Amino acid sequence: MTASTQAAQHGLSEHSHGYGVPVQTRSERFSSTKLADFAAVSKREETWRYFDLDKLAGLDQAGLAEFSGDIGLTETNGITTSWVGSENPAFGAAGAPEDQPSAAAWQSASQAYLVDFAPETSFETLANLAVVGTSSEAEALHLIVRAGAGSKAGLIVNHTGTGNLGENVEIVVEDNANLTLISVQNWSKGSTHLASHFIKLGRNASVKHIVVTLGGDVVRVNPSAVFAGEGGSVDLYGLYFADAGQYQEHRLFVDHAMANCRSRVTYKGALQGEKAHTVWVGDVLIRAAAEGTDTYELNRNLLLTDGARADSVPNLEIETGQIEGAGHASASGRFDDDQLFYLQARGISEYEARQLVVRGFLNEVIQQIDDEALVAELTAAVEAKLERSGS
Amino acid sequence: MAILQIKNLHVTVETEQGTKEILKGVDLTIRSGEVHAVMGPNGSGKSTLAYSIAGHPKYTVTQGEITLDGENVLEMSVDERARAGLFLAMQYPVEVPGVSMSNFLRTAKTAIDGQAPAIRNWIKDLRESMEALKMDSSFTERNVNEGFSGGEKKRHEILQLEMLKPKFAILDETDSGLDVDALKIVSEGVNRAHETQNNGVLLITHYTRILRYIQPDFVHVFVAGQIAEQGGRELADRLEAEGYDRYVKA
Ligand SMILES: Nc1ncnc2c1ncn2[C@@H]1O[C@H](COP(=O)(O)OP(=O)(O)O)[C@@H](O)[C@H]1O
Ligand SMILES: [Mg+2]
Repeated sequence: MTASTQAAQHGLSEHSHGYGVPVQTRSERFSSTKLADFAAVSKREETWRYFDLDKLAGLDQAGLAEFSGDIGLTETNGITTSWVGSENPAFGAAGAPEDQPSAAAWQSASQAYLVDFAPETSFETLANLAVVGTSSEAEALHLIVRAGAGSKAGLIVNHTGTGNLGENVEIVVEDNANLTLISVQNWSKGSTHLASHFIKLGRNASVKHIVVTLGGDVVRVNPSAVFAGEGGSVDLYGLYFADAGQYQEHRLFVDHAMANCRSRVTYKGALQGEKAHTVWVGDVLIRAAAEGTDTYELNRNLLLTDGARADSVPNLEIETGQIEGAGHASASGRFDDDQLFYLQARGISEYEARQLVVRGFLNEVIQQIDDEALVAELTAAVEAKLERSGS
Repeated sequence: MAILQIKNLHVTVETEQGTKEILKGVDLTIRSGEVHAVMGPNGSGKSTLAYSIAGHPKYTVTQGEITLDGENVLEMSVDERARAGLFLAMQYPVEVPGVSMSNFLRTAKTAIDGQAPAIRNWIKDLRESMEALKMDSSFTERNVNEGFSGGEKKRHEILQLEMLKPKFAILDETDSGLDVDALKIVSEGVNRAHETQNNGVLLITHYTRILRYIQPDFVHVFVAGQIAEQGGRELADRLEAEGYDRYVKA
């Protein structure tokens, strides 16, 4: 089931898989809010298989400092925010840690920053939550985003600055609510960020979750989505772009435990430069009760130069025969010199040709972002990366 | 009046067995308003000639020169050559995922003219050319050549020729793989561009079939990396009757 590509072939090669057996059955994975309940981090664990353990930056250890940077909504717009302690029922409502850094961050953060969208309220524009790191000490942050029943809400969480952060993001989407959540990781050089997102969907709730990973030396974002009621729908999008030396990992889990729910996973990555490394793992579990499930997951990677490496592993685990549809696709390919020649032969400069191809490739995800300012910011960031590559 | 001159062109490629010379001294001069047919058997080096003029990095020019109105083409990058007025309709047009045809054409036009085309005229011209080439308008929203049939790809090449208006068009086996109807449509497109733009055409082909629709002023027989014989239309007729055997054996 592993599709690992090291800039070998021309163009995109398709890997179609039958239903495969995941390395470790996802349904049996252990979870706890206490770090002591976990064994020490080890390469033998599936979840650390690709990760360079020297780069954990202390985030797997107990006693992380509390996040010392700035956090806040750029405009409140009727949204309620507060710091809540672990006695608050919202704390831990969406899930529990499945790996050591998540547990370390969970127990180290004495309070969580809660962004609350009132029930039955429609918020027209995406709110902006800026998380600006200012320290290189190992720190913990806990966010809770709650979309009240029947609400329509959207939030951008924009991570910038210098950070060495373990983060848990709980995303509670109550019955009939509709939430868009965009998490941007655009850290400065030298930053490490290990994040777990726990999405819990109520009955007939829908979520569009978009992960954008651009800056930071080591960034790992693990989103999981769990259906707590029937009729839920989740779209998980991702866009990442790794430069020389950057490591970006995204491990997804969609847990279909309820009937008649829908999920779509669409992750696209671009890579350039020596030792640019990305990892995408998509686990989809369809439990016995989840009849009428409709799911599809896709990951594509575009290698712009030699020396970059993209790992892509889709896993589909099906425990019922009564499903609507289930499929996956994964492909990694190198930037095609023939495409470059073709575009140049039409007068387009090499730099513009690369831009055109990369933007075209990433557009499937970018066009999902319903915020002009953010689209402009991301487009500029992608172009800056291309420019930096000196092409 | 523009002039494209190729003098004593020698070209090599790197193969697993080492460097291989494919073009062995090609001389060819094309002026605006002229149609030259280059005809030769498979493997004689026709595509190599086309790619070498366009500047494909796989081909190394070891001797000779190519000039466009006296300017040294060999010193230009691929995109500079296109902006100088050279156009290559490829034997195997390339798919570019995620890039729409309309975006591609507008970007190319802007690059070649040095400024964006006036939007209203551009859309009108594009629509007219597509209608003439019997391409549905929905193609503009599709990704460049992605999922196009062989014939659709060739029509798209000729659409670019009509829209980009180069001084010289090199057509590499634009006729191969086309049925009679498509061949007529494509040929009419080439003729239209030739008449309205007064371009010079280098028509590369294996078969004489397309010469029923496009009238060449000059015919060059290409064998083993060299021009073996040249003449007018009548040479094409002779090739049709006798084939290439005479040259290949010689
Ligand atoms: N990249 C290459 N590597 C090896 N051989 C090549 C390469 N390109 C062309 N050739 C060889 O050069 C000769 C001419 O090829 P080509 O120009 O494609 O001919 P034509 O277009 O007339 O069929 C052929 O023998 C072909 O195999
Ligand atoms: Mg050829």
